[in-house]
Amino acid sequence: MMRHIKRFYIGIIFFFLYAPILILMIFSFNNSRYMSRWDGFSLKWYADLFSDRDILSALYYTVLIAILSTIIATVIGLVAAVGIHDMNKLGKGIVINISYLPVLNPDIVTGISLMMLFVLMNMEPGFLTLLLAHITFNIPYVIFSILPKLKQMNKHLYEAALDLGATPFYAFRKIILPEIMPGVVTGMILAFTLSIDDFVISYFTTGAGVSNLSIIIYSMARVGIKPTINALSTLLFVSVLLLLLIVNKRTTNNTGKENVL
Amino acid sequence: MKKTWIAYPYVVWMILFIVVPLMLIVFYGAAKTTPEGIEFSLEHFQRFFEPLYIMVLIRSLYLALISTIVCLLLGYPVSMILASREYRDKRILIFLMVIPMWMNFLLRTYAWLTLLEKNGIINTFISFLGLPKMDLLYNQWAVVLGMVYNFLPFMVLPIYSVLIKIDRSVIEAAEDLGANSGTVFRKIIFPLSLPGVVSGITMVFMPAVTTFVISRLLGGGQFLLIGNLIEELFLKSGEWGFGSALSIIMMILILFSMAIMSKYEKENEGGGLL
Amino acid sequence: MSYEIINLIDISKAFDDTLVLENIDLYIRRNEFLTLLGPSGCGKTTTLRIIGGFEDPTTGKVLFEGKDITHIPPYKRKLNTVFQRYALFPHMNVAENIAFGLNIKKLAKSIINEKVRDMLSLVNLRGFEKRSVDSLSGGQQQRVAIARALINEPEVLLLDEPLGALDLKLRKGMQIELKNIQQKLGITFVYVTHDQEEALTMSDTIVVMNEGRIQQIGTPIDIYNEPNNAFVADFIGESNIVDGIMLEDFVVNFAGYVFKCLDGGFDRDEKVDVVVRPEDIKLVSPEQGMLKGRVISVIFKGVHYEMMIDSNGIMWKVHNTLMEPVDTMVGINIFPDDIHIMKKVMAP
Repeated sequence: MMRHIKRFYIGIIFFFLYAPILILMIFSFNNSRYMSRWDGFSLKWYADLFSDRDILSALYYTVLIAILSTIIATVIGLVAAVGIHDMNKLGKGIVINISYLPVLNPDIVTGISLMMLFVLMNMEPGFLTLLLAHITFNIPYVIFSILPKLKQMNKHLYEAALDLGATPFYAFRKIILPEIMPGVVTGMILAFTLSIDDFVISYFTTGAGVSNLSIIIYSMARVGIKPTINALSTLLFVSVLLLLLIVNKRTTNNTGKENVL
Repeated sequence: MKKTWIAYPYVVWMILFIVVPLMLIVFYGAAKTTPEGIEFSLEHFQRFFEPLYIMVLIRSLYLALISTIVCLLLGYPVSMILASREYRDKRILIFLMVIPMWMNFLLRTYAWLTLLEKNGIINTFISFLGLPKMDLLYNQWAVVLGMVYNFLPFMVLPIYSVLIKIDRSVIEAAEDLGANSGTVFRKIIFPLSLPGVVSGITMVFMPAVTTFVISRLLGGGQFLLIGNLIEELFLKSGEWGFGSALSIIMMILILFSMAIMSKYEKENEGGGLL
Repeated sequence: MSYEIINLIDISKAFDDTLVLENIDLYIRRNEFLTLLGPSGCGKTTTLRIIGGFEDPTTGKVLFEGKDITHIPPYKRKLNTVFQRYALFPHMNVAENIAFGLNIKKLAKSIINEKVRDMLSLVNLRGFEKRSVDSLSGGQQQRVAIARALINEPEVLLLDEPLGALDLKLRKGMQIELKNIQQKLGITFVYVTHDQEEALTMSDTIVVMNEGRIQQIGTPIDIYNEPNNAFVADFIGESNIVDGIMLEDFVVNFAGYVFKCLDGGFDRDEKVDVVVRPEDIKLVSPEQGMLKGRVISVIFKGVHYEMMIDSNGIMWKVHNTLMEPVDTMVGINIFPDDIHIMKKVMAP
C-alpha cells in the first residue's frame, strides 16, 4: 500500500515537472497558432523558426559567446588557480573570498554592476561587453573546480619533476596538468552551461543587435504566446536531453557500471 | 619555487570586473549630485523606507517564503522516496530530476504562460467541463507556481544527497533501541538531513527573492518584486542611485540570511537537538 | 523460564540468488557468552542480523523464549545490538545517545539521568555526558555504543565485531571488560568475530562457521582440542595439516612413517587429513625421533620459540620453550593423543 502511494506521489511530481514541457513540444507541431485547439500536424513553426533572422542570430551569439568565454575563462582560471594555490594564507584568503562574490551575489547585482562599469568606461554595449561579462562570471567556477584538485595533488610530484631536470613549464604540462585535468574539465563544462543558459547578466550587459536565446525568448514571451518559441523549446529540450544522455553514457561506461538507459 | 606571480593577470581582472563594479554600486548608492559636486548622502536609503517600496520588499520576501515552504513540503518526500532502498533504478529518476534544471529557465517559465493563459490548455479543459474560464495568469499564485516549478529540483537534490549518505546502521541502531519508523524519522533522519534542508532552502529562497523574470512573465506588470524594481530603475528610468541602494539592501539581505543559515547549520553539528 | 533463549530453526538466507546461509540450526542458552566465529563472508554477521531483525531469513524460523519472532521488527524485539562501527548518532551527545532507548519509552527525566550515570560508570566513562561523539576516541565510542544498548536492559546483547576497529592493546583490555560486564549483568551475549583468539578467551560456546554453514559448535576447549574437520583445526589456533592414509583402525601413515593414533572407523587406506598442533610436537635427538628434520628458521614469540623444521620436504611448525639453532638436525616425535585424524572435505 505504502509502496503504491510512494509511486503515485513520484508520478505526480514528475508529471508536474514534465507536463508543461511536453505540452509545449506537442503544440509546436500544431497547425493553429492557438494552443486551445489542435488543428492538425504541421512543421510550419519550425520553418518560421529557421527563417527568423533574430532567432538565428541569437543562436549564433549564444554559441559563440559560450565557446569563447569558456576557452578564455578556462585559460585565465587555470593559470590563476595554480598561482592562487601557491599564495600565502592571507593572499589566498583575499583572492578566494573576492572570487566568491559573483558566485554568491544575485545575478541581477552582478549584471547591473558590470553594466555601470561598461557605461562609465564608455564602452558601447554589445558583443564585447557581453563576452567580458560572461568571462567574468565563468572564471570563479573554473578556479573553484581546479583548486580542490591542486590541493589533493601530492606537492612533491612537481618538485620531483624539477629534480629530474624538467623545466617548470614542462613539469606543469606533463605532471600538474594531467593530475588536475578532471577539475579543468568540470570547470569547462560548468562555464559552458552557465554561459549558454545565462539570461540576467546578459540582459544587463548587452546592447542593440546582440542578443542571446534567453533574451530573445524573454522579449518574445513578454508580448505573448508565439508558437515559434514552442518549436525552439522542442529543439533545445531534445538537444539538452541528447547531450545529457551522451555525457551520462560516457561516464557510466568509464566507471564500468551498467548503463542508465 | 613559488609561482604566485602567474595569478596576477587574474587578480587584475578580478579587481577590474568584480571589485570596481561593486564599489560603483556602493558609490552610487551612497552619493548624491548637488550643484557643488558629489557628496555623501543616505537619501537613497531613506527613500527605500517609503511605504510603496517597503511593500515591494515585503511582497518579494513573502512570495519567496511561500515558494520555499511549498518546495520543501513537496520536495522532502520526493527526496526520501528517491533515497529509499525501494528503487533499484534510482539513477534514472535522479537523471529525470536533473534534466529540467538544464532546460532554459525562461522556457520553463514560458511553458506555464502557455498553460495558464486565458485561451490556454487549462482554461480550455475547464470550459470543456462546462465551467466558466478563470483568470489563472497575472496574479501572485501564478508567480508562486512559476517559482515552485523552476526551483523544486534545487530543493530535492541537496536533501537527497544528504539522505543517501546517512549511514544505514545508524537507522538500524535506532530501530534496535526501540524506535518505530515515525520516531526514526523525527529523531534521526530529519535532524541528520538538516544540512541538506538548509542548502535546499538557500538554493530556492535566494533566486526566488531576486527574480524579475518569473514575476514579469507570470505576474504581469502588477506584481512588482524588488528585482523588477531594480530592473526598471536601471533600464527605464536611469535612476542608478536608488537602484544601487536597493541592490545593496538586497545583497545585505542575502548575505545576512546566508550567515543565519550557516550559523544554524553549525549549531546543529555539535548535537543538542533533543 | 526456558533454558534456551533463542532458537534458530533451519535458517537459510539468499541475497539475489546467492545463498549466504544454509540450514542453520542453533540454540542459544540463557546467560551464556556465545561467539559466531569464521572468516569474512562466512555468514556470521548475517546470522546476527537475522537474530536482531534487520534481515528476514529466506526460510526458517527464529524463536525467542519459544515464541516465533521471525517477522517481528527490530524495535519490538527484546534484544539490543552493538554495531560494527558503533553507529552512534552523530547529532547527539554522549548522554543523548545513551538515553535514546529510554526516551522512546518515555521514562521520567530523573530516572533516565540516573540510569545514564550508572551506565557511564559501568563502562568507565563518568563525566562524559555532554561530550560530542566525534570528540571521542575509538575505544570511548565503543563504550558509548555498549552503554547505549545495555541501558535498555536487553535479555540478549548482540555484538557485531565490536572490537574490530580498535588497536591490539585496547582490544585485549576491552575483551576482559566485556566478559566482566556480561558476568556482572548475567545476560546473554551473542558475539561475532573473525578473531579466533578473541573467541577462545571470551566465549562459553563457540560456533565455527564457514561458507554459510555451521562447522562445529562447542566449548573453546572442545573446539581447540577436538576440531571436527581440517577447516576448524586450521582456523582455530595454528596447525600442521598433512595428508595421511589410514592403514587400519588406530594406525595412520603420514610423512613417511607409521604412527599410532586414537581414531578409528575409516575405510582401509582411506585418504585423510592429519592435524598436529605445533605445541604437541616433541623435539628429541635425531636418533630417537620418529621423523628427522633440519631447523630452517627460528622466531622468538615471547613465551616460546616458533621453529620451522623441514623433514623430507614437509614443513613442520613447532612451538617449544627451548631453542634449537638453525641448521641443527633434530628428531620429531608425535604421540597418539596429539594426532587428530579428519575426513577429507570433498571439494564441492
